[in-house]
Formats: sequence, C-alpha cells, structure tokens
Amino acid sequence: MRDVAIVSVAQSVHQRELKAKNEVEMIQPVIHAALDGIGAKIADIGFTVSGSSDYLQGQAFSFVMVLDAVGAWPPIVESHVEMDGAWALYEAWLKIQSGHCDTALVFGYSKASPGDLPRTLSRQLDPYYYGPLWPDSVALAGLQARAMIDAGKITEAEMAEIAHRSRTAASANPNAQVRGSASVEELLEADYISDPLRVHDCPPISDGGVAVVLAAGDRAREWADRPAWIRGIDHRIDSHNLGARDLTASSSLRIAGGRAGVADGKVDIAELHTPFTHQEKIAVEALGLGADVSINPSGGPLAANPMMAAGLIRLGEVANRIMDGSADRGVATATSGHCLQQNLVAVLEGER
Amino acid sequence: MPADNDRVISTLPEGLWSAPEPSVPAGLDEDPVLRIRVPASLHYTYNPGTAPSRFLRGLAEKKIIGEACPVSGDVYVPPRGLSPLCGLPTTEQVEVGPNGTVTSFCVVHIGFGVNAPPTPFVTALILPDGAAISLYGPIQEMPYDEVRIGMRVEPVWVDDDQLTASFENIKWWRAIDEPDVAAELLRGHM
Repeated sequence: MRDVAIVSVAQSVHQRELKAKNEVEMIQPVIHAALDGIGAKIADIGFTVSGSSDYLQGQAFSFVMVLDAVGAWPPIVESHVEMDGAWALYEAWLKIQSGHCDTALVFGYSKASPGDLPRTLSRQLDPYYYGPLWPDSVALAGLQARAMIDAGKITEAEMAEIAHRSRTAASANPNAQVRGSASVEELLEADYISDPLRVHDCPPISDGGVAVVLAAGDRAREWADRPAWIRGIDHRIDSHNLGARDLTASSSLRIAGGRAGVADGKVDIAELHTPFTHQEKIAVEALGLGADVSINPSGGPLAANPMMAAGLIRLGEVANRIMDGSADRGVATATSGHCLQQNLVAVLEGER
Repeated sequence: MPADNDRVISTLPEGLWSAPEPSVPAGLDEDPVLRIRVPASLHYTYNPGTAPSRFLRGLAEKKIIGEACPVSGDVYVPPRGLSPLCGLPTTEQVEVGPNGTVTSFCVVHIGFGVNAPPTPFVTALILPDGAAISLYGPIQEMPYDEVRIGMRVEPVWVDDDQLTASFENIKWWRAIDEPDVAAELLRGHM
C-alpha cells in the first residue's frame, strides 16, 4: 500500500441560500484556495474527481459545467461520482494506490436551496415501494429516532445535548452555518417538526462545498509539514429496505470502522457525518469510540450540512487538526442515503 | 401490443424508434403487472448566477454580453463566470456581436417538440463578432440548402414589448449582405 495523505483543505462559508452565485461560481474560490494553499497548479494534479448531484440544483450535467472552475486545459484526467465527495476521495485514493497518479484534487459541493431538499431526497428511495409514497428524509429519520427512544438507546434530552454541544463547538468554526446554541432546556421547549425530531435534531439545509488535495509519499511531505496520512479507509452499505434493517444500529459503520482500523490506536477526534442528533449515538457505538474522543469539534453536520460535501468536510476537518498538530489520530465518516444507509470510514494520522 | 401499452418512448415518428413489445418471463401468471405509474415532479427556483444574470439582463436590452478571460482576453458567451481554460473568474464584461458568422450548421428534417419550425430547417453555431466561442440558434428567412459555413448573420429579436431577460429574445438569425468569412479564419471555431 502506498502512503497517501490529505495535504490541503478548503471549504466555503456554508449558508442557507447562496443567492447570487451559481454552483461553479460558488466552488471556484474553494478549489483554487485548496490549490493555492500549497502553491499547487492544476498541472501538478494527476487526477481530478468530484462528488455532486444534479437533482439538488435541478440542472442537468451541472458537474460538467463545474469543471470550468478547475481550468481543464490542457485536458485533464477527471471523474465524477453522484455521491458525497468522500466517495470521490475514495476513488482518488484507489487511483493513487493503483499507481496511475501521485496527486489528486477532490471536491464536493451542492446548492440545495433551489429545490425542496427533504422531498428531493425521497427520490433516493426505490421506485416501486417507497418512492411512490414520497416519504421525506426528515420523516424517515424520525422513524429511526423513535425506534432508538423506544429501545432505550437515547432520550430527547440526550439528543438536545448533542445539538447543543455541536452548535456551541461551531461558534469557533467560521465556515459553519449554525453557530452558538440556546440552552438544552430551551431547545427542548421547541415544537416537533417530525415527532420526535425538533429543528435542532436536524441538519441545516446548506449551500456550500469543499476541496481537498491528496498526495502520495514524498510529494505529500513537500506540500505539507505534517500530512494527514490516510491509514485506513472503507465503505459499506446497508439494505435499501428500511424495514429490513435494525434502524437503531449501523452494521455498515461497524464493519467499515473495523476494516479501516479505528480500534488500532488511540482516537483523539472524530468527525462524524451523522446529520441527525440521534445518529451520532449510533455512530459512536458502531465505531466503539470512547468518552475521551472529541466528537465533531467543528460542529459537525448539525452546524452545516451541504449535501455531497458534508462527508468530505469531515475528512477535511480531521486532516486540518492533524496538519496543525492539535490532534495525532482521528476518525472521519461520511454517510449517504436515508437513516445512515451507506457509510464511509477513514482513519487519518500524523507522524509524531 | 396490449391495450395499456401507451408509453411514448420518443417524439420521433413510429418506425424510427418504436416501443418494444413487452415480454413476460415464462412461469409468471397470465395477468402480470407490466408497469406502474409513479408521477414524479420536483420544483426548483433556479438562480442562473452572477455572470449568466448579466448576460440575460443584457438580452432584455438587445445586447449580447460576454465576459473576458483575465489571462487570454478571450470573450466567452454565454458567460458562466469563469474562463474554462484557466479556471479563473472572468471580471470584464464585453458586448459582442450582434452580428456573427456561421461556424457550423445542421439541416433538421425531423423536428422535436411543439416549438420547432417547419422542417427542414437549419440550426447553427454562430460566432458573434468579438467572441471566442459560438452561440446556438436557428437560421430562417432563406432556403435551408443555401446556408453555409462562413455566412454572415444577424439576430432577429422579438418585438420590443416582448423583450424579457431571456435567450428566447433572439427568435432566429438571418443572413446579411456581407461577404462570407474564409474558412481559414474560422479555424478553431469549427
């Protein structure tokens, strides 16, 4: 296996609705900030890959138009996944592992504001049984939260505490959308939106993006004083059929975490792409994270959740803390689908 | 074909691409569910962005406004806000055309959709004067078989009281009385 590291990270200031700019205008400064941060040019990049979904903005082939932001001339080696940018990073990692390149630019982005996101996300469901019923993403997460409460795995107060901790942590994150929090007691006074979920249990709807540069071996050491080495990475998927899963646990996270080697060393921080409060507890259990692990120090997806980017942002937030020396080893997850259906787990580590 | 086989798979006439015969695997009962109808619609409030908005607002004044690459000076139209070659934001707005040169064309014999002109008609790529890339549009007011690469054209706008911030303001393009541009001068645009 080749040593591959994240050496540069940039993200947008996430917001509910970025009115003035289209997707390519939104992501261009982010891509260039990731490259400029290490003095790299697109010509230094062996492979470019992005994660996005045309359903979100409602524009066909928007990912092709976004290549304008890269400066794809002379022609570049490029790919795209209709998934969170974390899976684009996985593709780039494989490309580097297979020896096709030594460096990669990975980005993920979306504008969810043009559409009705919970309704758009219902199109992820199968076309015969669930799809025709149009269940929205918040209602489905509510089913999961209800099942957890009923199983005695979490309480509404614990969920509010997770929201409070995340939003408070986001106060120190200039890119976050929801910064600072009312008290747990005040949060619990709010009305339900999909019982048992209140607004604070749900991620904000965000426009935004993230870009990351990967490099192998010595190239990574040239570009970063302390590269964030990817020590393990794995992704797994649970059944598409919500009725066939135990919604109170995550087999895919448990297996991916095991194969990524989460338990092979001390974990300082974990950035978990668990968009709903109760899902954090599922992830902590599935990954076997102890009480000493700092969870979502950036504020996590409860503070900003740009679709197709929020997972890659988790890897970026861990990488930033390794590169700046505030953490030595961290775990990042990315999720896709309803109720934590599909999950990617990465373990990042700095040299000591 | 079964009576419920009312699916339209193409706007093209019957015989070019026709609907396939539904096949039922052996062993299924005699009354299979061949299809279900699942109407799906998603609604968007789409914002074209900064540079495309400038372009669309220009069209409302019968102006074609491109944006220049900060490195090469090439003017892109319609603009997307970036130079696709270097990835940098375009900063300078440049009015191009309105006259232009045909860089390629296609004679359409089977029209799609209700708004297609009577066939045969010509769609073309038109390089507005001063622009680095071509626009797409139909050519009318002349026999379709006399359109040629290098031909000089001008836009035909909707009536002034019909102008909106829309590319549809240009109804079509028509020939103007100027000599053709030599093909060598259009190299890179064809």
